[in-house]
Amino acid sequence: MNPTRRQTLQAAGGTGLMAALAAFGLSVPVTARAQGVAGAFQAKSVSDALKGLGAAAPAESKDVVINSPDIAENGAVVPVAIKSNIPKTESIMLLVDKNPQPLAGAYDVLAGMEPEVSSRIKMGQSSDVIALVKADGKYYMAKKEIKITLGGCGG
Amino acid sequence: MADPMKIRATVKDGVADVRVLIAHEMESGQRRDPAGKLIPAWHITEVTATLNGQPVMKAYWGPAISKNPLLQFKVKGAKPGDKIVISWVDNKGDKRSDETTIA
Repeated sequence: MNPTRRQTLQAAGGTGLMAALAAFGLSVPVTARAQGVAGAFQAKSVSDALKGLGAAAPAESKDVVINSPDIAENGAVVPVAIKSNIPKTESIMLLVDKNPQPLAGAYDVLAGMEPEVSSRIKMGQSSDVIALVKADGKYYMAKKEIKITLGGCGG
Repeated sequence: MADPMKIRATVKDGVADVRVLIAHEMESGQRRDPAGKLIPAWHITEVTATLNGQPVMKAYWGPAISKNPLLQFKVKGAKPGDKIVISWVDNKGDKRSDETTIA
């Protein structure tokens, strides 16, 4: 905890930031599909994200199941599993209503994969979690509220 | 370079349960360093899975996926000995690919 070390680290952090920005400007080669999704990731609200995904008005469906705890202690690791019972499920998307960028992840269900996926997400505060499923060209969704005792987005 | 992934795949009734633990910082881009500057986002953007060379899953991730992500999915028609390959790319262009055989 001596000041010299701290200053050094801060200076190093600043350099890292510039390097990262430069790297981002040069950009990573991405597929067309990824570019479409990338726009949705930048969206600041659920409705914008849905628009970005091309799913303006998804129908609520009981065949989309969100499996997660009702109360998560740590917002930095919230286990969420989504299962679709709709035939011809093409992709599964996960959105968190009150996150700064609602879209958390999108999964393409390709040949041979069961429409069921689970991962761990960050949540800034208690919020609705929305599972969006694209099946046979149509969009379906399910919603579930998860309460957070400790936020996972701030510092 | 990134640390290796831990991949576990087991078959039950013809359905393979694949679990992947990726070692990655997954910096959200929302946090600030002690000087008050935003720490730039650094997260995995794409994860792909193949079964015997055939793509079975493709994931697009934003910064809201937790640090050291755990991903679980199921693949039909898999049998013991089949090869599962998982690869990811992050927004700095770093990438890694690991494989396992289904048990």
